Formats: sequence, structure tokens, C-alpha cells
Amino acid sequence: MTTTAYYTFKPYNVGRWIIWTLFALVLLLAPQLFSSNLAISMLSQMGIAIIACLAYNMLFGQGGMLSFGHAVYSGLGSYFAIHTLLKVAQGELVLPVSLIPLVGGLAGLFFAVLFGYVTTRKAGTAFAMITLGVGELVFALSLMFSDFFGGEAGITADRVVGEPFLGITFAPTVQVYYLIAVYTYVCVAAMYAFTRTPLGRILNAVRDNPERVEFIGYNTQIVRYLAFMLSGFFAGIAGGLGAILFEIVTAEVVSPLRSGAYLLFTFLGGATFFFGPIIGGVLMVLALVFLSELTKAWLLYLGLVFMFMVMYAPGGLASLIMMNLRVAAFGRLRELWVSYLALGVTGLVALLGAGALIEMVYHLQLNAAIGSTVEYLGVRLDSSRAESWFGAVFVMVTGAALFELARRHFGVHWDEIQADIEKEIKRREMIA
Amino acid sequence: MEFVIVSLLNGVSYGLLLFMLSSGLTLIFSMMGVLNFAHASFYMLGAYFAYALSGIVGFWVALLVAPVLVGAAGALFEKTCLRKVHKFGHVPELLITFGLSYVVLELVQLVWGRSAVSFPPPEVLRGPAFTLIHTAEDTMVFAWGRAPAELCAQAACTPFPATRAFMMVVAVAMLVALWLLITRTRIGLVIQAALTHPQMAEALGHNVPRVFMLVFGIGTGLAGLAGVIGGSTFVTEPAMAAALGAIVFAVVVIGGLGSLPGAFLASLLIGIVQTFAVSMDHSVGSLLASVGVPIGEGWARRDFMRLTLSQVAPVLPYLFLVLILIFRPKGLLGTRDH
Repeated sequence: MTTTAYYTFKPYNVGRWIIWTLFALVLLLAPQLFSSNLAISMLSQMGIAIIACLAYNMLFGQGGMLSFGHAVYSGLGSYFAIHTLLKVAQGELVLPVSLIPLVGGLAGLFFAVLFGYVTTRKAGTAFAMITLGVGELVFALSLMFSDFFGGEAGITADRVVGEPFLGITFAPTVQVYYLIAVYTYVCVAAMYAFTRTPLGRILNAVRDNPERVEFIGYNTQIVRYLAFMLSGFFAGIAGGLGAILFEIVTAEVVSPLRSGAYLLFTFLGGATFFFGPIIGGVLMVLALVFLSELTKAWLLYLGLVFMFMVMYAPGGLASLIMMNLRVAAFGRLRELWVSYLALGVTGLVALLGAGALIEMVYHLQLNAAIGSTVEYLGVRLDSSRAESWFGAVFVMVTGAALFELARRHFGVHWDEIQADIEKEIKRREMIA
Repeated sequence: MEFVIVSLLNGVSYGLLLFMLSSGLTLIFSMMGVLNFAHASFYMLGAYFAYALSGIVGFWVALLVAPVLVGAAGALFEKTCLRKVHKFGHVPELLITFGLSYVVLELVQLVWGRSAVSFPPPEVLRGPAFTLIHTAEDTMVFAWGRAPAELCAQAACTPFPATRAFMMVVAVAMLVALWLLITRTRIGLVIQAALTHPQMAEALGHNVPRVFMLVFGIGTGLAGLAGVIGGSTFVTEPAMAAALGAIVFAVVVIGGLGSLPGAFLASLLIGIVQTFAVSMDHSVGSLLASVGVPIGEGWARRDFMRLTLSQVAPVLPYLFLVLILIFRPKGLLGTRDH
């Protein structure tokens, strides 16, 4: 231990302690607030989705690697976990259920080592295409090898196996929730810690300027490969937890659709900030459970929202939050609330009209046989009459026009405030 | 022998269909650096537009009009959406086409329903183009159209469908037209210039963004044309985009990203290999048995031993992809190592 000749002072990072304690409290208390069966199942799914999206973001946000096949690693993790569960049930293997997600993680790691060697040889667009190819490959194979993948029916298992530990049998969903919560907390912390390691830092550099990283003596391919393995490991843990929660694994878990969902929601949550995918994971479960219940056209809405986000807010929800926090920090948020209100109301009107239109078209397409009326937000619309169509179009066009007006006004105001903030920052730098 | 000839022709026609898609994809990629994830969605749009139009104006007019409509839709998408994210870099460009593939799929299901629609080829193309007759004397006779029934009663007849022949004709015609457009016309020269030196072309007074829009429109239009033919030959359903899309992406990576000759070679290769594989029902187990290797009862029932080549056919393009990446990372004819 070398002693320094001068006095160093490292303050406690109070904000960080508060945030991580709050996160633990939220995980701990959530099932007390929402105690119905559906709510606890959803909370469990959210925990899994958070791990999966954060693992995905290790590649996408931190490494600039756009993967179209990440469900391969979470899905194979699920399969290996459920087969382990079956082995434990048959008495061929002794392993506590609480450690089975780690088996999934190791499976994810193994396949990431295997496939990652091929995929991470390239970056950018070629990487995206290769991951898509590997994803399709595994999905197609999963339908062929029904011994391991269980074919159409999938593989089922019972999670209540082995000796109960401290009375925990994992029979009630709440116990599974707390298992998932512990894993979520540890994984989120580990993945956050990863971003602060030298490897995590050089990964960001590989994303931003691979050529310069090569010049300072790093092999970008190896950096990408290492990140890919770690990401596969965490994705596998998420898959293993999924296997324990649902007690069934079907080929759907390795499907390109699942990979697409990881990408969509990680992006919507915000790939540029560490906490973005956490929002994305929560949104994913809400959309899959509520939105798909609410309307059959939910994928259309999701696709449209995604395209708008790519065009107007490429940093996702997280960046919107951070930008507004910055405005608030400079005390300018108060000027904007009228604009936000106008944007919200006009946007809602446009959405109402568009929604009515889409729902009526879907109704005509799918279930015209049961009558021509559609139940839409408590209103009955008659899809056979011109008035309802005209009304929906009118509402949509009016809303869209007003929204565009409000948006222009807001844009000008927003740019003004941003310019002021830039000036203020410059001024403070001058003083300091 | 007839089996080989007809399978080869089937494979070539399928490969040419793949090339109609991969050529547009490669053209757009080498010009704009954007890999259009929604390319197969435009293929599907072509099929559905032609299906809707053929009910009104007939198949032949639809064959001409639907690709133009699809191309216009592609150009519109480029102008309104893709151009906006161009400044953010290539990943957002790929993402917005990814989002588009969701939206197009849902819109198609919204308008035309979730199940397959009946979009048969026109009367002229329903029969076989020619028939190969394997006579009893072990000679081969070639006959245009359908062979007489009494002849087929005595000999083995192998027909080649007219839709397949038509697919080949259209693909070759399109290839020639595209080649002439790019090398022989003024706009083609501007496209070539903008491909390699966009800034210089812009400095010389050419509207490069408009050239980009044009290229995107042409590329998606070609996909639409492929869709009209593919939709009428195979089946027009919402799943057709996903089924072909992934294969086309594998094709462009195998051929070498941005290489048009590479895309051509890879398309034919995949087309032929897949067509041959589909018609063979040999498995590892049957192969070992024919060589005389004894297999235990337990092993014979394993999936690995049981799976026939035709069942494995769908994964062959992706296996190729992985092998190419291991042994020749820049693709068959690729020049740039991405």
C-alpha cells in the first residue's frame, strides 16, 4: 500500500445510495401495493423483462451493436433451465430451484461464446444481418428438434421440487416474485457496475469510434465478443427466471418476434441511458398484457409509436425525461406546461379519431358477422354508417392540425430555452 | 435426368426471384448505406396491390401498375421518414425500416385480413410451359405445353410450370432493363456518380437527395414486381414477408454486402440448393443404413438421425451464412470488409 503525500477526499455519492435503496424498496414493497394474482405475475414478468432489456442494451446502447436475434440467448437459457428443472424433479440432479436461473445464464453464456464468435466478427449493419440469420437458424431448428424443444406443445415442468429451503417451496407466486426481485436487483447492479469497468468504458469507445480504439491498441472484435458473452449470460438468467415463473417453455421464446420485442422496447425506453431499458421492460409487460387486451391492432400502434420515436426522439423516453430534468434544473420548466397541455390534449384528440378509424376497419375485417357496432371507449360506433366514419376522420384531422400548430409553437419555445441554457452553461464556465 | 433438369430450372427461377429482391436491396445499400429491413414488406405490398388491382383491371395491367404504386410508396417513405433520420446515422435508419415492417404487416392485415387471399395466375400461365417425357425406350422427348394424356399413360412425364418460366422471363427482362438504365442512360450515370462521390455530384448541381429517393423508389418497385409474380405463383398471405425477408438478408450477406454480382451468385446458389434439398428425403440415418453402418434402435429414433434433407431445407441459407462468415468474412464477391 503506497501512501500519497497529499490529502485526498472522496465524498460519499449520496444520490447513488438513495437511488439504489429506493430501487430495493420498490422491489420489496411492490407486491404489497399490488397484491392481486395478475399484478404479482405482471411484476414478476417486469423483473424478467428488465433484466432482458438491460442485457440487450449492453450490446445495443453501450456497444452500438444492433442485434435482431437476442431471444436466442434468453430462449435457450429458458430451455436449459426447464430441462434442469425436469432433471431435478426426476432426482437425477440435486440443485435448489433458486439456483436454476444461473443454469439458464450459463447456457446463455455458452451459446453467446459459440455464436458470438461468428457474429461479433462484424459490426454495424453486417452484425445486424448476421444476428438475424442466427436467430432464424435457431428458431427453425427449434421447430425441427422436438426431442429437446418440445415441438408445438413446448416443455412443461413443475417448479415445486426438491427440499424446501427455510419453508420456501416456490409454490405461491409471491415467493417466485421475490426470487425474481432478488435476481433483478443483483443483475441490475452487476450490469450497472459493468458500465463503470474499463471494459465497459472501452465498449463505449468501440461504439463511438472503433478506428481510434484500434489505434490505441485494442482489438475491437475482442471487446465486442466479451460484451456479447456477458450480455448472453444476463439474457440467459432472464430466460431461466421465465422458465421458473411460467413452468412452460415453447418455441416462441426463441422466435424472431421476441427478439424484435427486446429491440422495440429497449429503444422506446431509451438506449442512451442506463435506466432507459428499465422503463422499456416495464412498458413491454404493460403493452403485452394491457394493450393487447384493449385492442387487436396493438402492434400497429406500437409500430407507429416506434417510428415516431426514431424520427423525433431517438434517445427514447429516458432522453425525454433527462431533457426535461435539465430544463427543470434551470428553472424553465414552468414556462412550458401550457405547451405540454396543448400538445397532450390535441395529440389525444388526433389519437382518438385515428383509433376509432382503425378499430372500425379492424372490426369490418375480423368480426363483421356479429353486427356492425363497435364498442370504442364506452361509445358505440356503427361501422356501417357514413356518419361514424366521417366523424372519426373529422376528429382525427382536427386533432392532427391543432397538434401540428401546437408542436410548431412548442418547437420554437423549446429551442429558445435550450439556447438560453447553453448560454447559461457557457457563462458559468467563464466564471469558474 | 428429367428430375435434375426440372429441379434445376425450378431452382434457377426461385433464385432469380430472390435476385429481384436482393438486387434492389443491394442497390439501396450500396448507394445510401441503408439496409432496408422492410424490403420484403414492399414485396408483400406488391402482391397485395396486384391482388386488389387484378380484380378490377386484370392481371397484366396489375403487373405493370402495382410495382409503380409500390415504388411510389417507397419513394414517399424515403422522403417523409428515412430522410429525417439520415442525420442520426445508420442504426436509426435501419431501425425506422424495422418499424415500417411492423406497420406494413399490420396495415396489410387490417385491409386484407389475416388469412391468405386467392390470387391465382392468369389463365395462360396455369398449365405447364413444357413437358419432358421419359419414354419407355429410355429416350427423352421434349414437348411444348401439356403433353398428350395417352403419351403420359405409357411414359413418365415431368411438367415445368408456366408461372416458373414466366418468373424467369420477367426477372431476366428486369435485369437487362436495370443494367441498361444504370449504364446507358443519363440518370444512370448520375446514380453511379452519386454512388461513389455524393459530394462531388452535389457540387456539380445534381440533386442527390432526389437521386436517393429515386433509387429507393426503384429498389422498392423491383421488390413490388417480384411480389406480383411471387404472390401469384406461391401464396399471397401476411406471413410471406417474414418468410422471404430473412432469406434475402442472408443472400445479400453471403454474396457480399453491396456487391450486385455477389447478390446474383448467392441468389442462384440459395435458390438451386434449396429447391434440390426440398425434393430429397434422405436423412443421416438412411444414409448410414445405405452404407451399411448398423444403428441401434435408440439412436434411430433420435431427431438427428430421423430428419430428412427436405425438412432441413429451410435452415440451409442460414447455415451457409454462418459458414461463409467463418471462412470468407467479406462474402462471396464482396470487396469491402465491413
